[in-house]
Amino acid sequence: MSSLALHKAEPAAGTNPGTAQGPPLRRRIALVPTLTLLLGAVYCLLPVAWVVIASTKSGKELFSTFTFLPGSGFSDNLSQLNAYRDGVYWEWMGNSALYAILGALLSTAVSAFSGYALAVYRFRGRETLFNVLLAGVLMPPVILAVPQYLLLAKADLTDSYLSVLLPQILAPYGVYLARIYAAAAVPADVVEAGRMDGASEWRIFTRIALPMMVPGLVTVFLFQFVAIWNNFLLPYIMLSDDEKFPITLGLFTLLEQGANTPALYTLVITGAFLAVLPLIALFLVIQRFWSLDLLSGAVKS
Amino acid sequence: MSSAARRRPYGVKGAPYAFLLPASLLFLLFFALPIGYAVYLSFRKVHVSGLGLGKNARSEVWAGLENYTDALSDSELVNGALRVLGYGCIVVPVMLGLALLFALMLDSDKVRLAPFTRLAIFLPYAIPGVVAALLWGFLYLPDVSPFYFVLDRLGLPQPDLLDGGPLYLALSNIAIWGGTGFNMIVIYTSLQAIPAEVYEAAKLDGATPLQIALRIKIPMVAPSLVLTFFFSIIATLQVFNEPTTIKPLTNSVSTTWSPLMKVYQDAFGKGDIYAAAAQAVIIALATLLLSFGFLRAANRRQKQEAAR
Repeated sequence: MSSLALHKAEPAAGTNPGTAQGPPLRRRIALVPTLTLLLGAVYCLLPVAWVVIASTKSGKELFSTFTFLPGSGFSDNLSQLNAYRDGVYWEWMGNSALYAILGALLSTAVSAFSGYALAVYRFRGRETLFNVLLAGVLMPPVILAVPQYLLLAKADLTDSYLSVLLPQILAPYGVYLARIYAAAAVPADVVEAGRMDGASEWRIFTRIALPMMVPGLVTVFLFQFVAIWNNFLLPYIMLSDDEKFPITLGLFTLLEQGANTPALYTLVITGAFLAVLPLIALFLVIQRFWSLDLLSGAVKS
Repeated sequence: MSSAARRRPYGVKGAPYAFLLPASLLFLLFFALPIGYAVYLSFRKVHVSGLGLGKNARSEVWAGLENYTDALSDSELVNGALRVLGYGCIVVPVMLGLALLFALMLDSDKVRLAPFTRLAIFLPYAIPGVVAALLWGFLYLPDVSPFYFVLDRLGLPQPDLLDGGPLYLALSNIAIWGGTGFNMIVIYTSLQAIPAEVYEAAKLDGATPLQIALRIKIPMVAPSLVLTFFFSIIATLQVFNEPTTIKPLTNSVSTTWSPLMKVYQDAFGKGDIYAAAAQAVIIALATLLLSFGFLRAANRRQKQEAAR
């Protein structure tokens, strides 16, 4: 199809400026993508740059000085945030870290088991199981979260760490990614060789397959870490005790209170700035030895 | 394979099921059971006898389709659905258009600063929707916003971004900002999977980069475009975090602005879990209907194109 289209395009290309105007034209086209991308980068960095600067402003400066002019109140804001309700902000950060790290680890383990089984074994019901697990990705969170709350309430588990952790362990997309990585990274004859040597299936998985799957599993971990760290709906529904809140929910309640008291704005802004730091740092560090492309299931051999 | 399987039939045969046990259990407990329970609840209601006092005055009974007919005739739910459809009509095309544009630019020859811009555009993915809404929310506030500062200095009119029509744009912008990067990566990855020979032939034929992008690259990444569209529709119709976060900053976002917010409000504000369950089921069905309808239409078109 594409070759057909190209032949149609040929006359147009022929009428284009020939060799004389070739080089400047080509340079201009390299300029367009670069500028477009730079514009995109500015758009994406703008709010982040704003929050960095705004967090340095005192309450008065926030409303009086030009937005992108740094202020002088960062340390004040920080100590105010520390003092707010005896440092509950840092509890929220700690909770988010706990939910995200523990949840993502468990999620990665479950995805690794499932992905490996689905990629390496031939067994009855394999595709059905895979499709059923994958269908979970299509389930709107609302049809899950409300009944999850009601069911967990029956088990007396709502408003607990478990109520936020448990529903997020199974990640359909993680299973999907793990299957792709396992299929690409674990050769069938290596597994077979392990069996010949008399290794148990568990041992083959932990000793041979798992190390091969590590780059893919890092991706599953990151994906799920971000998903849990960013989750709002589930903790919003499950939790009422604000000492168990993750940072998203904590900042939201802070904003809700602050809406009528602009004095709290600086707290919200400083809190938001500190909340985006960990994930930005994580991505900056990790992208040195990990490729973003892995997130979409790209496998390079 | 066969000899090993014969030696230890149980070890090998049972192994995949054992490996899949945790996922299956979690699926049953946290996916299948809640969905089943929601469907069950959607057909129930509370029956109040007498004055509703006393221990046995309130009992749960079958409601038939009552909750569904109530939900479908509830103007607030219908209006919420329309608001979200309007919002989705802005978010999905603009977000994916930008994602495709950036992916094509990243993939073009001689582009400078690509690693930096790629990371910068991807960055919002790492920022929670609530925080994103909070950041933009402040940027929309006249007292704080740099845009208003500039408009003020230039003596231009300053629209209220958090009301009426502009509110849709304001909310859409938050979703577009947050979602473009991830979709860009997905599309860029499939662009990179196109073998170089395809371009070589086109270049020899004298095709310009624009022609290559329009006639080779976009058709070849069509499957991943369809997939990103599919998932974006699902995600957009579930919008909850952004309007909920913006709500404290403006009076124009009601507690039932999006259908999901209405479900939350009915379940936890009013305590009517039966109505909320019916609405959740309707939203889920409508979402799946729309997203799969799109997928079918896209597949049919692709087949037609291939046949031509």
